[in-house]
Amino acid sequence: MIVELGAFALVLALVLSALQTAMAVAGRMRRSPVLAGAAEGAAIAAALAVAVAFGVLILAFAVSDFSVANVAANSHTDKPMLYKVAAAWGSHEGSLVLWCLVLTVFGAVLARARNLSFGLKISAVGTQGMLGVLFLAFAVFTSNPFERLNPAPFQGASLNPLLQDPALAFHPPMLYAGYVGFSVCFSLAVAALIEGRANASFWPAWGRWVRPWALASWSLLTVGITMGAFWAYYELGWGGWWFWDPVENASFMPWLAGAALLHSAVVTERRGALAGWTTFLALLAFTFSMLGAFLVRSGVLTSVHAFAVDPERGMMLLAVLGVTAGAAFALFAWRSPQLRGGGQFAPVSREGALVLNNLFLTAACATVLLGTLYPLILEAASGATISVGPPYFALTFVPLMAVAFLILPAGPLLAWKRGDLKGVGQRLAVAAGLAILVALAGWMAFEPRKALSAAGIGLGGWLVLGSLAEVAERIRLFRTGPAESLRRARSLPLGSWGTVLAHAGLGVFVLGAVVETGYRVEAARTVAVGETVTAGRYSVRLDGVRIVEGPNYLSERGDLTVSLRDGGAARVVTAERRFFPAGGQTTTEVGLDFRGLDDVYVVLGERGQTAAGAPAWSVRVWWNPWARLIFLGPFIMAFGGVLSLLDRRLRLGLGKRKAAT
Amino acid sequence: MKRALLIALAAVGLMAAEPPPAPDRPLPDAAQEARAKALFADIRCVVCQHEAIADSPAGIAADMRRLVREEIAAGRTDAQVREDLVRRYGDFVLFKPPVRAGTWLLWFGPLAALLAVAAALLAMARRRGEGTPALSPDEEARLADILASQEDRRDPDAKASDD
Repeated sequence: MIVELGAFALVLALVLSALQTAMAVAGRMRRSPVLAGAAEGAAIAAALAVAVAFGVLILAFAVSDFSVANVAANSHTDKPMLYKVAAAWGSHEGSLVLWCLVLTVFGAVLARARNLSFGLKISAVGTQGMLGVLFLAFAVFTSNPFERLNPAPFQGASLNPLLQDPALAFHPPMLYAGYVGFSVCFSLAVAALIEGRANASFWPAWGRWVRPWALASWSLLTVGITMGAFWAYYELGWGGWWFWDPVENASFMPWLAGAALLHSAVVTERRGALAGWTTFLALLAFTFSMLGAFLVRSGVLTSVHAFAVDPERGMMLLAVLGVTAGAAFALFAWRSPQLRGGGQFAPVSREGALVLNNLFLTAACATVLLGTLYPLILEAASGATISVGPPYFALTFVPLMAVAFLILPAGPLLAWKRGDLKGVGQRLAVAAGLAILVALAGWMAFEPRKALSAAGIGLGGWLVLGSLAEVAERIRLFRTGPAESLRRARSLPLGSWGTVLAHAGLGVFVLGAVVETGYRVEAARTVAVGETVTAGRYSVRLDGVRIVEGPNYLSERGDLTVSLRDGGAARVVTAERRFFPAGGQTTTEVGLDFRGLDDVYVVLGERGQTAAGAPAWSVRVWWNPWARLIFLGPFIMAFGGVLSLLDRRLRLGLGKRKAAT
Repeated sequence: MKRALLIALAAVGLMAAEPPPAPDRPLPDAAQEARAKALFADIRCVVCQHEAIADSPAGIAADMRRLVREEIAAGRTDAQVREDLVRRYGDFVLFKPPVRAGTWLLWFGPLAALLAVAAALLAMARRRGEGTPALSPDEEARLADILASQEDRRDPDAKASDD
């Protein structure tokens, strides 16, 4: 019964979204505040309806109601409660409801926003309603998670055990909140194209509305992607964290477009310039989100992350993508020539630096798009099959970003309108000198010596030091008394701290990624109990293996002692191979020993035999230097995004400076 | 009873129904083994989902690793090993696609994208420039004066809060 309530709520949400769109269109055309208010009410009601549907779905999973086909296909009574609940968004159907939930909740927040001009707001609410109609219709008509099974099975087929992991339970909600958050930027961009004001005050105000959404979505997406990478790192047991897998790329493209958007929105907000470009990026970011949804769910790509879904629904999603993006970009092509932003700007200025940032971020984004789709296109066009993997991106994406990183620290130090390149050079001289020392130190410290990796370390150091140089400059560190510096640090706006943290976090990530990729040491051996595997400075001894019964699996659990070869503290880690009888699958649980910034990463492999016939296990060990920074960096970046978001000046309704400046 | 059954099932599952692939035997020569490892990372396991043979637990990946090691031990160069793999499995096996007529767009696309975006941004900046007439030298000088005098009078925090 309650399941039917969920199905009803989902249909109701579809109807409410349709009403929201219709009333918004009518309200806009008649300039009727009453109709506009009704559209906003419908947006809030639609969000509530989807929330009810999602709640019912979670409940069905929590009580293991196997009369629901989706529950039967993805859950099992033996699963821990966390994974029963997480299974609600672990399948294609359930995750689509989550997608719709985020879409409508953000739509409701948009509907509640104050001080947007009448036309802009009602057009945005209408566009958001249209997106809701498309995705809810897709959910209701092709992917209804509330379909019943008759007769109901006694037991479910269980969730893919690879997905039964805390990081992965929370990774999709974060990711979707980020993906779909860009829908509001999309709607605001469409609204701006419809309203298309020529007056100079329109665009700064519009930029101020778009920026918080871009920042919030980008921060959430950063956390979501990082959690996914961490999951891949310790759940797949391959020792890597980013494989340039098509599905990883699918989440990375909206991130790159979103990063470009939140930078160009600053220019639009502050200078009224780049209006057309910012609008374009706002459309692009959500288009990439939708493209990602299509790639992951259509089965056109082979990936460890992809949902197994039939091509027919993939075609439907492609149609949704085509209609939405096609209409939006057609509107853009029609209206953008009429957009007029603010005045001219000099190449050497803050806005000039932000344009460079956009140049490299969008080119990098295009590279990822090309590398992801090219094998598909080539195969369709000529039948030739190729693979595009890490070496391709190392030769194309990485150099683009490296150049962008070289320029990055100068950006925040440049003044708006007319920058002083020489002054910036003087202010960054110390940071640049230190970064070169960091590169030299990296070259000396790590074996074997690699010039490119050392340069990468220097680049990471440059990003961190350059960001710190910005703080030092702003608080006049060492040029005035410590008390005065502290006072200045306190009065520095949160937005500035956000910029500094986001850029420094990027540097932290680069340091981790370069060192881990360049200097990781791997070793594998088949060992009996008591024998050791040696990887670089660490040796790992297999102490014993026992069979352990988990809630819904049985595992072979190895206890291993990790110790430094030249003596030092030994620590015990456990590495497992879990067998899930419900699905007949086996997963690895990596043993991780956190050593400062390094990881010693231990994988227990299959059981075999020694030459003498004694039982033995294949053990793979990685020493991943500085791996901690890879996951720490993005969290610092996301934290920087949140700090910027909390800046008083960004809060809607608190903007003191009216657009006239 | 259920427990015993589960343990029996697990024993079967953990010991793997299919015979486990032969364990990897590293090459005795450390330099050759390092070359082999570097190649493993760039060669795709042909039955897997976007996995390099370095990572894949599949049987065929183990066979491919053995093949690579054998060829390196036999004195082949990296390029020869790659050629041989391509002969057996096609271009699909390389994570770094070869540069040929069909992949020009792939390899030179990023540069083209960079130039195209640069052109678009430049055109946008130029179009905006037309709207406002440039300042005359006299006006420029006056503006510089005003800016300079403002610089002096500025509240020390004004710059910081102007971000």
